[in-house]
Amino acid sequence: MLPYNFDYYKPQSIKEAIELYQLLKLQEKKPMYYGGGTEILTLGRLNFIYTDAIIDLKGIPECNAFGFQHQELIIGSTLSLRAIEENKLFPLLSDTSKEVADYTSRNKITIGGNICGQIFYRESVLPFLLSNSTVIIAGPKGTRKEFINEVFHKELRLDEGEFLVQIVTEKEYLKAKHISVKKRQQWKTGYPLLTVASLKKEGFIRFAFSGVCPYPFRSIQMENKLNDKSLSFKDRILTSFEYLPTPVLNDIEGSNEYRLFVLENTLSYILSYIGGEEHE
Amino acid sequence: MNSHSADRKVTIQLEINKEQYERDILASDILLDVLRDKIGLTGAKPGCLNGDCGACTVIMNKQPMKSCLMLAIEAIDSEILTIEGLKNTPIQRAFVEHFAFQCGYCTSGFIMICQALLLNDRNPSPEKIETWLSSNICRCTGYKEIEKAIYSVIELLNIKNQTNQ
Ligand SMILES: Cc1cc2nc3c(=O)[nH]c(=O)nc-3n(C[C@H](O)[C@H](O)[C@H](O)COP(=O)(O)OP(=O)(O)OC[C@H]3O[C@@H](n4cnc5c(N)ncnc54)[C@H](O)[C@@H]3O)c2cc1C
Ligand code: FES
Ligand code: FES
Repeated sequence: MLPYNFDYYKPQSIKEAIELYQLLKLQEKKPMYYGGGTEILTLGRLNFIYTDAIIDLKGIPECNAFGFQHQELIIGSTLSLRAIEENKLFPLLSDTSKEVADYTSRNKITIGGNICGQIFYRESVLPFLLSNSTVIIAGPKGTRKEFINEVFHKELRLDEGEFLVQIVTEKEYLKAKHISVKKRQQWKTGYPLLTVASLKKEGFIRFAFSGVCPYPFRSIQMENKLNDKSLSFKDRILTSFEYLPTPVLNDIEGSNEYRLFVLENTLSYILSYIGGEEHE
Repeated sequence: MNSHSADRKVTIQLEINKEQYERDILASDILLDVLRDKIGLTGAKPGCLNGDCGACTVIMNKQPMKSCLMLAIEAIDSEILTIEGLKNTPIQRAFVEHFAFQCGYCTSGFIMICQALLLNDRNPSPEKIETWLSSNICRCTGYKEIEKAIYSVIELLNIKNQTNQ
Protein backbone atom coordinates (compact mmCIF):
# COMPACT_ATOMS: atom_id res chain seq x y z
CA MET A 1 0.00 0.00 0.00
CA LEU A 2 1.20 3.51 -0.77
CA PRO A 3 1.29 6.09 2.03
CA TYR A 4 -0.79 8.49 -0.10
CA ASN A 5 -3.45 8.36 -2.82
CA PHE A 6 -3.39 9.88 -6.28
CA ASP A 7 -5.60 10.51 -9.28
CA TYR A 8 -4.93 8.39 -12.35
CA TYR A 9 -5.21 9.63 -15.95
CA LYS A 10 -4.50 7.77 -19.14
CA PRO A 11 -4.49 10.28 -22.00
CA GLN A 12 -4.70 9.03 -25.58
CA SER A 13 -2.64 11.75 -27.28
CA ILE A 14 0.46 13.87 -26.67
CA LYS A 15 -1.64 17.04 -26.69
CA GLU A 16 -4.04 15.65 -24.11
CA ALA A 17 -1.15 14.63 -21.81
CA ILE A 18 0.52 18.06 -21.99
CA GLU A 19 -2.72 19.98 -21.44
CA LEU A 20 -3.60 17.74 -18.54
CA TYR A 21 -0.24 18.36 -16.90
CA GLN A 22 -0.72 22.12 -17.22
CA LEU A 23 -4.26 21.94 -15.85
CA LEU A 24 -3.19 19.86 -12.86
CA LYS A 25 -0.40 22.35 -12.12
CA LEU A 26 -2.95 25.18 -12.21
CA GLN A 27 -4.95 23.21 -9.65
CA GLU A 28 -1.77 23.18 -7.51
CA LYS A 29 -1.36 19.45 -7.88
CA LYS A 30 1.93 17.62 -8.27
CA PRO A 31 1.45 15.61 -11.45
CA MET A 32 3.92 12.99 -12.60
CA TYR A 33 4.30 11.24 -15.94
CA TYR A 34 4.11 7.48 -15.53
CA GLY A 35 5.77 4.82 -17.69
CA GLY A 36 6.03 1.40 -16.04
CA GLY A 37 5.56 2.95 -12.62
CA THR A 38 8.06 0.61 -11.00
CA GLU A 39 10.14 3.46 -9.62
CA ILE A 40 7.15 5.65 -8.74
CA LEU A 41 5.57 2.79 -6.78
CA THR A 42 8.69 1.47 -5.05
CA LEU A 43 10.12 4.89 -4.12
CA GLY A 44 6.59 6.14 -3.41
CA ARG A 45 6.13 3.40 -0.84
CA LEU A 46 9.22 4.72 0.95
CA ASN A 47 8.00 8.33 0.66
CA PHE A 48 10.98 9.24 -1.56
CA ILE A 49 8.59 10.28 -4.34
CA TYR A 50 5.31 12.10 -3.91
CA THR A 51 2.64 12.69 -6.51
CA ASP A 52 -1.09 13.32 -6.29
CA ALA A 53 -1.78 12.81 -10.01
CA ILE A 54 -0.40 10.16 -12.32
CA ILE A 55 -0.40 10.69 -16.09
CA ASP A 56 0.08 7.24 -17.60
CA LEU A 57 1.73 7.66 -21.01
CA LYS A 58 1.02 4.09 -22.20
CA GLY A 59 -2.16 5.10 -24.07
CA ILE A 60 -0.33 7.48 -26.46
CA PRO A 61 0.30 5.83 -29.87
CA GLU A 62 3.59 7.69 -30.55
CA CYS A 63 4.97 6.45 -27.23
CA ASN A 64 4.31 2.84 -28.33
CA ALA A 65 5.98 3.11 -31.74
CA PHE A 66 8.65 0.57 -32.61
CA GLY A 67 10.04 0.24 -36.13
CA PHE A 68 11.73 1.88 -39.06
CA GLN A 69 10.76 5.13 -40.75
CA HIS A 70 13.02 5.74 -43.75
CA GLN A 71 16.58 5.23 -42.51
CA GLU A 72 15.78 5.60 -38.81
CA LEU A 73 14.69 3.31 -36.00
CA ILE A 74 11.94 4.86 -33.87
CA ILE A 75 11.56 3.62 -30.30
CA GLY A 76 8.56 4.78 -28.26
CA SER A 77 9.29 5.72 -24.65
CA THR A 78 6.67 3.41 -23.13
CA LEU A 79 8.00 0.22 -24.71
CA SER A 80 8.95 -2.29 -22.08
CA LEU A 81 12.56 -3.36 -21.79
CA ARG A 82 11.34 -6.90 -22.47
CA ALA A 83 9.92 -5.85 -25.86
CA ILE A 84 13.27 -4.26 -26.71
CA GLU A 85 15.18 -7.31 -25.54
CA GLU A 86 13.11 -9.70 -27.66
CA ASN A 87 12.86 -7.59 -30.80
CA LYS A 88 16.51 -7.24 -31.68
CA LEU A 89 16.22 -4.28 -34.04
CA PHE A 90 19.06 -2.52 -32.20
CA PRO A 91 21.29 -5.37 -30.99
CA LEU A 92 23.46 -3.25 -28.65
CA LEU A 93 20.32 -1.85 -27.01
CA SER A 94 18.87 -5.37 -26.61
CA ASP A 95 22.14 -6.57 -25.09
CA THR A 96 22.27 -3.67 -22.62
CA SER A 97 18.62 -3.58 -21.61
CA LYS A 98 18.36 -7.35 -21.12
CA GLU A 99 20.74 -6.95 -18.20
CA VAL A 100 18.58 -4.36 -16.38
CA ALA A 101 16.76 -5.75 -13.32
CA ASP A 102 15.24 -9.21 -14.01
CA TYR A 103 13.03 -10.70 -16.72
CA THR A 104 9.72 -10.17 -14.90
CA SER A 105 10.52 -6.58 -13.90
CA ARG A 106 11.59 -5.84 -17.49
CA ASN A 107 8.03 -6.64 -18.51
CA LYS A 108 7.02 -3.51 -16.64
CA ILE A 109 10.01 -1.14 -16.74
CA THR A 110 9.77 1.15 -19.77
CA ILE A 111 12.70 2.51 -21.73
CA GLY A 112 11.53 6.09 -21.10
CA GLY A 113 11.21 5.42 -17.36
CA ASN A 114 14.68 3.88 -17.27
CA ILE A 115 16.22 6.90 -19.01
CA CYS A 116 14.23 9.53 -17.06
CA GLY A 117 14.17 7.83 -13.65
CA GLN A 118 15.77 9.08 -10.45
CA ILE A 119 17.68 5.83 -9.91
CA PHE A 120 20.96 6.88 -11.42
CA TYR A 121 22.09 3.79 -13.33
CA ARG A 122 19.81 4.48 -16.36
CA GLU A 123 21.67 1.74 -18.19
CA SER A 124 19.58 1.71 -21.34
CA VAL A 125 20.67 5.25 -22.24
CA LEU A 126 24.22 4.01 -23.00
CA PRO A 127 23.57 2.66 -26.54
CA PHE A 128 21.81 5.92 -27.48
CA LEU A 129 24.75 8.02 -26.25
CA LEU A 130 27.04 5.90 -28.46
CA SER A 131 24.89 6.15 -31.57
CA ASN A 132 24.31 9.93 -31.55
CA SER A 133 20.58 9.24 -31.33
CA THR A 134 18.01 12.00 -31.18
CA VAL A 135 15.15 12.34 -28.72
CA ILE A 136 11.67 13.65 -29.37
CA ILE A 137 10.50 15.64 -26.38
CA ALA A 138 6.97 17.03 -26.06
CA GLY A 139 5.98 19.88 -23.78
CA PRO A 140 3.85 22.98 -23.36
CA LYS A 141 5.96 24.87 -25.92
CA GLY A 142 5.56 22.15 -28.56
CA THR A 143 7.65 19.21 -29.66
CA ARG A 144 11.42 19.40 -30.05
CA LYS A 145 13.97 17.02 -31.54
CA GLU A 146 17.43 17.14 -29.94
CA PHE A 147 20.64 15.16 -30.08
CA ILE A 148 20.73 13.03 -26.95
CA ASN A 149 24.35 14.00 -26.35
CA GLU A 150 23.23 17.62 -26.10
CA VAL A 151 20.30 17.12 -23.70
CA PHE A 152 21.52 14.23 -21.59
CA HIS A 153 23.93 15.52 -18.97
CA LYS A 154 23.83 13.14 -16.01
CA GLU A 155 20.08 12.96 -16.72
CA LEU A 156 17.72 13.92 -19.51
CA ARG A 157 17.23 17.68 -19.11
CA LEU A 158 13.48 18.20 -19.39
CA ASP A 159 11.63 21.43 -18.69
CA GLU A 160 8.60 21.42 -16.42
CA GLY A 161 5.72 19.57 -18.09
CA GLU A 162 7.87 17.94 -20.79
CA PHE A 163 8.14 14.21 -21.43
CA LEU A 164 10.17 11.89 -23.64
CA VAL A 165 8.11 10.61 -26.56
CA GLN A 166 10.59 8.71 -28.73
CA ILE A 167 14.23 7.99 -29.34
CA VAL A 168 15.43 7.93 -32.94
CA THR A 169 18.56 6.13 -34.13
CA GLU A 170 20.02 6.12 -37.63
CA LYS A 171 20.11 2.70 -39.25
CA GLU A 172 23.84 2.84 -39.93
CA TYR A 173 24.57 2.53 -36.19
CA LEU A 174 22.41 -0.50 -35.57
CA LYS A 175 24.71 -3.11 -37.06
CA ALA A 176 28.01 -1.57 -35.95
CA LYS A 177 30.32 -3.88 -34.03
CA HIS A 178 29.43 -3.57 -30.37
CA ILE A 179 29.59 -5.07 -26.93
CA SER A 180 27.97 -4.39 -23.56
CA VAL A 181 29.49 -5.71 -20.35
CA LYS A 182 27.73 -5.55 -16.98
CA LYS A 183 29.58 -6.52 -13.84
CA ARG A 184 27.65 -7.18 -10.67
CA GLN A 185 29.03 -7.66 -7.22
CA GLN A 186 26.87 -10.72 -6.69
CA TRP A 187 23.75 -12.50 -7.92
CA LYS A 188 22.54 -12.52 -11.52
CA THR A 189 20.09 -9.63 -11.46
CA GLY A 190 19.92 -6.09 -10.18
CA TYR A 191 22.08 -3.02 -10.10
CA PRO A 192 25.51 -3.04 -11.64
CA LEU A 193 28.86 -2.62 -10.02
CA LEU A 194 29.49 -1.08 -13.43
CA THR A 195 28.31 -1.36 -17.02
CA VAL A 196 30.34 -0.43 -20.09
CA ALA A 197 28.79 -0.32 -23.56
CA SER A 198 30.97 0.08 -26.60
CA LEU A 199 30.44 0.59 -30.32
CA LYS A 200 32.98 0.78 -33.16
CA LYS A 201 32.31 3.23 -35.99
CA GLU A 202 34.75 3.91 -38.80
CA GLY A 203 37.60 2.36 -36.84
CA PHE A 204 36.98 4.53 -33.74
CA ILE A 205 35.72 2.86 -30.58
CA ARG A 206 33.12 4.68 -28.48
CA PHE A 207 32.50 3.97 -24.80
CA ALA A 208 29.68 4.81 -22.38
CA PHE A 209 29.55 3.99 -18.69
CA SER A 210 27.00 3.41 -15.93
CA GLY A 211 27.77 2.68 -12.29
CA VAL A 212 31.29 4.15 -12.52
CA CYS A 213 30.29 7.70 -11.49
CA PRO A 214 26.92 8.68 -9.95
CA TYR A 215 25.39 9.07 -13.43
CA PRO A 216 25.78 7.50 -16.88
CA PHE A 217 28.19 9.26 -19.23
CA ARG A 218 30.20 9.17 -22.43
CA SER A 219 33.52 11.03 -22.41
CA ILE A 220 35.23 12.08 -25.64
CA GLN A 221 38.53 12.66 -23.79
CA MET A 222 38.45 9.10 -22.44
CA GLU A 223 37.60 7.79 -25.89
CA ASN A 224 40.52 9.64 -27.47
CA LYS A 225 42.90 8.02 -24.99
CA LEU A 226 41.32 4.59 -25.37
CA ASN A 227 41.78 4.85 -29.14
CA ASP A 228 45.40 6.04 -28.99
CA LYS A 229 47.11 3.37 -31.08
CA SER A 230 50.58 4.57 -30.02
CA LEU A 231 49.94 3.19 -26.52
CA SER A 232 49.49 -0.33 -25.14
CA PHE A 233 45.98 -1.31 -23.99
CA LYS A 234 47.07 -0.94 -20.36
CA ASP A 235 48.47 2.56 -20.88
CA ARG A 236 45.45 3.65 -22.88
CA ILE A 237 43.19 2.55 -20.06
CA LEU A 238 45.23 4.06 -17.26
CA THR A 239 45.59 7.43 -19.00
CA SER A 240 41.88 7.44 -19.84
CA PHE A 241 41.17 7.27 -16.08
CA GLU A 242 42.61 10.79 -15.76
CA TYR A 243 39.53 12.01 -17.63
CA LEU A 244 36.87 10.34 -15.47
CA PRO A 245 34.30 13.12 -14.93
CA THR A 246 34.02 12.69 -11.15
CA PRO A 247 35.65 10.56 -8.48
CA VAL A 248 34.62 6.93 -8.91
CA LEU A 249 31.64 5.71 -6.87
CA ASN A 250 32.37 4.28 -3.46
CA ASP A 251 29.21 2.61 -2.12
CA ILE A 252 27.70 -0.68 -0.95
CA GLU A 253 27.96 -2.16 -4.45
CA GLY A 254 31.76 -1.74 -4.30
CA SER A 255 34.61 0.49 -3.19
CA ASN A 256 36.14 2.99 -5.62
CA GLU A 257 39.39 1.00 -5.72
CA TYR A 258 37.58 -2.21 -6.55
CA ARG A 259 35.52 -0.46 -9.23
CA LEU A 260 38.67 0.90 -10.90
CA PHE A 261 40.23 -2.56 -10.83
CA VAL A 262 37.11 -4.09 -12.45
CA LEU A 263 36.88 -1.19 -14.92
CA GLU A 264 40.48 -1.73 -16.02
CA ASN A 265 39.85 -5.43 -16.67
CA THR A 266 36.55 -4.74 -18.41
CA LEU A 267 38.07 -2.14 -20.74
CA SER A 268 40.97 -4.45 -21.51
CA TYR A 269 38.51 -7.21 -22.45
CA ILE A 270 36.43 -4.83 -24.58
CA LEU A 271 39.49 -3.51 -26.44
CA SER A 272 40.57 -7.05 -27.29
CA TYR A 273 37.06 -8.11 -28.28
CA ILE A 274 36.21 -5.14 -30.43
CA GLY A 275 39.60 -4.84 -32.06
CA GLY A 276 41.56 -2.01 -30.51
CA GLU A 277 44.71 -2.94 -32.51
CA GLU A 278 47.26 -2.90 -29.73
CA HIS A 279 50.61 -1.24 -30.30
CA GLU A 280 53.39 -3.85 -30.42
CA MET B 1 -9.24 9.54 -21.56
CA ASN B 2 -9.53 7.20 -18.60
CA SER B 3 -9.35 9.08 -15.34
CA HIS B 4 -9.84 8.06 -11.74
CA SER B 5 -9.85 10.30 -8.73
CA ALA B 6 -7.84 9.89 -5.54
CA ASP B 7 -10.63 11.05 -3.28
CA ARG B 8 -13.35 8.66 -4.31
CA LYS B 9 -13.54 4.96 -4.92
CA VAL B 10 -13.63 3.75 -8.48
CA THR B 11 -15.33 0.61 -9.66
CA ILE B 12 -13.17 -1.62 -11.80
CA GLN B 13 -13.66 -4.98 -13.46
CA LEU B 14 -10.82 -7.46 -13.49
CA GLU B 15 -10.67 -10.80 -15.25
CA ILE B 16 -8.87 -13.21 -12.97
CA ASN B 17 -8.60 -16.94 -13.55
CA LYS B 18 -11.29 -16.59 -16.25
CA GLU B 19 -13.78 -15.08 -13.78
CA GLN B 20 -14.98 -11.47 -13.70
CA TYR B 21 -14.61 -9.51 -10.47
CA GLU B 22 -16.06 -6.06 -9.90
CA ARG B 23 -14.58 -4.13 -6.98
CA ASP B 24 -14.45 -0.60 -5.59
CA ILE B 25 -10.85 0.47 -5.27
CA LEU B 26 -8.72 3.62 -5.04
CA ALA B 27 -6.79 4.67 -8.15
CA SER B 28 -3.57 4.24 -6.18
CA ASP B 29 -4.29 0.66 -5.04
CA ILE B 30 -1.55 -1.84 -5.91
CA LEU B 31 -2.66 -4.98 -7.76
CA LEU B 32 -1.15 -7.26 -5.10
CA ASP B 33 -3.24 -5.63 -2.35
CA VAL B 34 -6.41 -5.77 -4.42
CA LEU B 35 -5.91 -9.46 -5.20
CA ARG B 36 -5.31 -10.33 -1.58
CA ASP B 37 -7.51 -7.92 0.39
CA LYS B 38 -10.39 -7.12 -1.96
CA ILE B 39 -10.71 -10.37 -3.88
CA GLY B 40 -9.47 -12.86 -1.32
CA LEU B 41 -6.91 -14.51 -3.59
CA THR B 42 -3.95 -14.76 -1.23
CA GLY B 43 -1.70 -16.99 -3.36
CA ALA B 44 0.37 -14.03 -4.56
CA LYS B 45 2.58 -13.25 -1.56
CA PRO B 46 3.89 -9.92 -0.32
CA GLY B 47 7.66 -10.26 0.08
CA CYS B 48 10.03 -7.39 -0.58
CA LEU B 49 7.32 -5.12 -2.13
CA ASN B 50 10.21 -3.75 -4.13
CA GLY B 51 10.27 -5.86 -7.30
CA ASP B 52 13.18 -7.98 -6.12
CA CYS B 53 11.81 -11.28 -4.79
CA GLY B 54 9.06 -12.39 -7.17
CA ALA B 55 6.82 -13.82 -4.41
CA CYS B 56 3.97 -11.67 -5.77
CA THR B 57 4.28 -12.93 -9.39
CA VAL B 58 1.09 -13.40 -11.39
CA ILE B 59 0.64 -14.05 -15.12
CA MET B 60 -0.88 -11.26 -17.22
CA ASN B 61 -1.63 -11.87 -20.87
CA LYS B 62 0.73 -14.87 -20.70
CA GLN B 63 3.61 -12.84 -19.26
CA PRO B 64 4.90 -12.93 -15.68
CA MET B 65 4.30 -9.71 -13.75
CA LYS B 66 5.25 -8.64 -10.26
CA SER B 67 1.93 -7.59 -8.81
CA CYS B 68 3.65 -5.32 -6.26
CA LEU B 69 5.01 -3.25 -9.17
CA MET B 70 1.67 -2.34 -10.71
CA LEU B 71 -1.57 -0.54 -10.03
CA ALA B 72 -4.78 -2.56 -10.13
CA ILE B 73 -6.11 0.01 -12.61
CA GLU B 74 -3.35 -0.94 -15.05
CA ALA B 75 -4.66 -4.51 -15.06
CA ILE B 76 -8.05 -3.61 -16.54
CA ASP B 77 -8.60 -5.38 -19.88
CA SER B 78 -5.95 -8.00 -19.14
CA GLU B 79 -6.26 -11.73 -18.54
CA ILE B 80 -4.84 -12.32 -15.09
CA LEU B 81 -3.87 -15.75 -13.85
CA THR B 82 -2.98 -16.38 -10.22
CA ILE B 83 -1.82 -19.56 -8.54
CA GLU B 84 -5.47 -20.24 -7.60
CA GLY B 85 -6.22 -20.51 -11.33
CA LEU B 86 -3.77 -23.35 -11.85
CA LYS B 87 -5.61 -26.58 -11.19
CA ASN B 88 -3.67 -29.80 -11.48
CA THR B 89 -0.94 -28.38 -13.67
CA PRO B 90 2.13 -30.58 -14.13
CA ILE B 91 4.40 -27.90 -12.65
CA GLN B 92 2.56 -28.02 -9.29
CA ARG B 93 3.00 -31.79 -9.06
CA ALA B 94 6.65 -31.48 -10.15
CA PHE B 95 7.37 -29.05 -7.29
CA VAL B 96 6.08 -31.68 -4.84
CA GLU B 97 7.89 -34.57 -6.50
CA HIS B 98 11.22 -32.76 -6.62
CA PHE B 99 11.02 -31.27 -3.10
CA ALA B 100 11.24 -27.80 -4.63
CA PHE B 101 10.10 -26.03 -1.49
CA GLN B 102 10.73 -25.83 2.24
CA CYS B 103 8.82 -23.07 3.99
CA GLY B 104 6.82 -22.55 0.78
CA TYR B 105 6.58 -18.78 0.99
CA CYS B 106 8.17 -18.22 -2.40
CA THR B 107 6.56 -21.25 -4.03
CA SER B 108 3.52 -19.68 -5.66
CA GLY B 109 5.75 -17.05 -7.27
CA PHE B 110 8.13 -19.70 -8.55
CA ILE B 111 5.31 -21.85 -9.88
CA MET B 112 3.88 -18.83 -11.70
CA ILE B 113 7.18 -17.94 -13.38
CA CYS B 114 7.69 -21.58 -14.41
CA GLN B 115 4.13 -21.78 -15.73
CA ALA B 116 4.56 -18.49 -17.65
CA LEU B 117 7.77 -19.77 -19.19
CA LEU B 118 6.11 -23.01 -20.30
CA LEU B 119 3.15 -21.08 -21.72
CA ASN B 120 5.59 -19.14 -23.90
CA ASP B 121 8.04 -21.88 -24.76
CA ARG B 122 7.51 -25.64 -24.38
CA ASN B 123 11.18 -26.30 -24.86
CA PRO B 124 13.15 -23.41 -23.34
CA SER B 125 16.95 -23.42 -23.45
CA PRO B 126 18.86 -23.77 -20.16
CA GLU B 127 19.93 -20.13 -20.58
CA LYS B 128 16.31 -19.02 -20.91
CA ILE B 129 15.29 -21.04 -17.87
CA GLU B 130 18.05 -19.40 -15.86
CA THR B 131 17.11 -15.90 -17.07
CA TRP B 132 13.43 -16.32 -16.20
CA LEU B 133 14.00 -18.06 -12.86
CA SER B 134 16.45 -15.42 -11.71
CA SER B 135 13.46 -13.05 -11.41
CA ASN B 136 12.56 -14.91 -8.20
CA ILE B 137 14.36 -15.37 -4.92
CA CYS B 138 14.02 -18.27 -2.50
CA ARG B 139 15.52 -18.00 0.94
CA CYS B 140 15.40 -21.63 1.93
CA THR B 141 15.71 -24.28 -0.76
CA GLY B 142 18.43 -24.96 -3.25
CA TYR B 143 17.54 -23.71 -6.70
CA LYS B 144 18.52 -27.11 -8.12
CA GLU B 145 15.25 -28.69 -6.94
CA ILE B 146 13.26 -25.94 -8.65
CA GLU B 147 15.25 -26.44 -11.85
CA LYS B 148 14.71 -30.19 -11.65
CA ALA B 149 10.97 -29.59 -11.32
CA ILE B 150 10.82 -27.46 -14.46
CA TYR B 151 13.06 -29.81 -16.47
CA SER B 152 10.79 -32.73 -15.54
CA VAL B 153 7.76 -30.86 -16.92
CA ILE B 154 9.62 -29.92 -20.12
CA GLU B 155 10.43 -33.61 -20.59
CA LEU B 156 6.81 -34.55 -19.94
CA LEU B 157 5.51 -31.96 -22.43
CA ASN B 158 7.95 -33.13 -25.07
CA ILE B 159 7.02 -36.79 -24.60
CA LYS B 160 3.35 -35.82 -24.91
CA ASN B 161 4.15 -33.77 -28.00
CA GLN B 162 5.96 -36.66 -29.65
CA THR B 163 3.19 -39.17 -28.92
CA ASN B 164 0.61 -36.73 -30.34
CA GLN B 165 2.50 -36.46 -33.62
C1 LIG C 1 13.65 -4.76 -9.20
C2 LIG C 1 14.30 -3.60 -9.89
C3 LIG C 1 15.61 -3.71 -10.34
C4 LIG C 1 16.20 -2.67 -11.04
N1 LIG C 1 17.45 -2.84 -11.58
C5 LIG C 1 17.97 -1.87 -12.39
C6 LIG C 1 19.20 -2.06 -13.09
O1 LIG C 1 19.83 -3.10 -12.98
N2 LIG C 1 19.63 -1.05 -13.90
C7 LIG C 1 18.95 0.13 -14.07
O2 LIG C 1 19.36 0.97 -14.86
N3 LIG C 1 17.79 0.34 -13.41
C8 LIG C 1 17.30 -0.63 -12.60
N4 LIG C 1 16.12 -0.42 -11.94
C9 LIG C 1 15.55 0.92 -11.98
C10 LIG C 1 14.50 1.08 -13.02
O3 LIG C 1 14.97 0.78 -14.29
C11 LIG C 1 14.08 2.53 -12.97
O4 LIG C 1 13.50 2.73 -11.73
C12 LIG C 1 13.13 2.99 -14.07
O5 LIG C 1 12.85 4.34 -13.90
C13 LIG C 1 11.81 2.37 -14.03
O6 LIG C 1 11.13 2.59 -15.25
P1 LIG C 1 9.56 2.78 -15.21
O7 LIG C 1 9.10 2.78 -16.61
O8 LIG C 1 8.94 1.80 -14.30
O9 LIG C 1 9.52 4.25 -14.62
P2 LIG C 1 8.40 5.04 -13.81
O10 LIG C 1 8.36 4.55 -12.40
O11 LIG C 1 7.12 5.10 -14.55
O12 LIG C 1 9.05 6.49 -13.86
C14 LIG C 1 10.30 6.79 -13.28
C15 LIG C 1 10.56 8.28 -13.43
O13 LIG C 1 10.67 8.62 -14.80
C16 LIG C 1 9.66 9.55 -15.18
N5 LIG C 1 9.21 9.13 -16.52
C17 LIG C 1 8.75 7.90 -16.89
N6 LIG C 1 8.53 7.88 -18.21
C18 LIG C 1 8.86 9.12 -18.69
C19 LIG C 1 8.84 9.72 -19.98
N7 LIG C 1 8.49 9.04 -21.08
N8 LIG C 1 9.24 11.01 -20.09
C20 LIG C 1 9.64 11.72 -19.00
N9 LIG C 1 9.67 11.20 -17.76
C21 LIG C 1 9.28 9.92 -17.61
C22 LIG C 1 8.59 9.46 -14.13
O14 LIG C 1 7.88 10.67 -14.00
C23 LIG C 1 9.43 9.15 -12.90
O15 LIG C 1 10.02 10.31 -12.40
C24 LIG C 1 15.49 -1.45 -11.24
C25 LIG C 1 14.18 -1.33 -10.76
C26 LIG C 1 13.57 -2.39 -10.10
C27 LIG C 1 12.16 -2.24 -9.63
S1 FES D 1 6.80 -8.68 -3.30
FE1 FES D 1 6.76 -8.23 -5.40
S2 FES D 1 8.73 -8.71 -6.02
FE2 FES D 1 8.87 -9.01 -3.88
S1 FES E 1 10.84 -22.26 0.18
FE1 FES E 1 11.08 -20.83 1.74
S2 FES E 1 11.48 -19.03 0.68
FE2 FES E 1 11.50 -20.47 -0.84
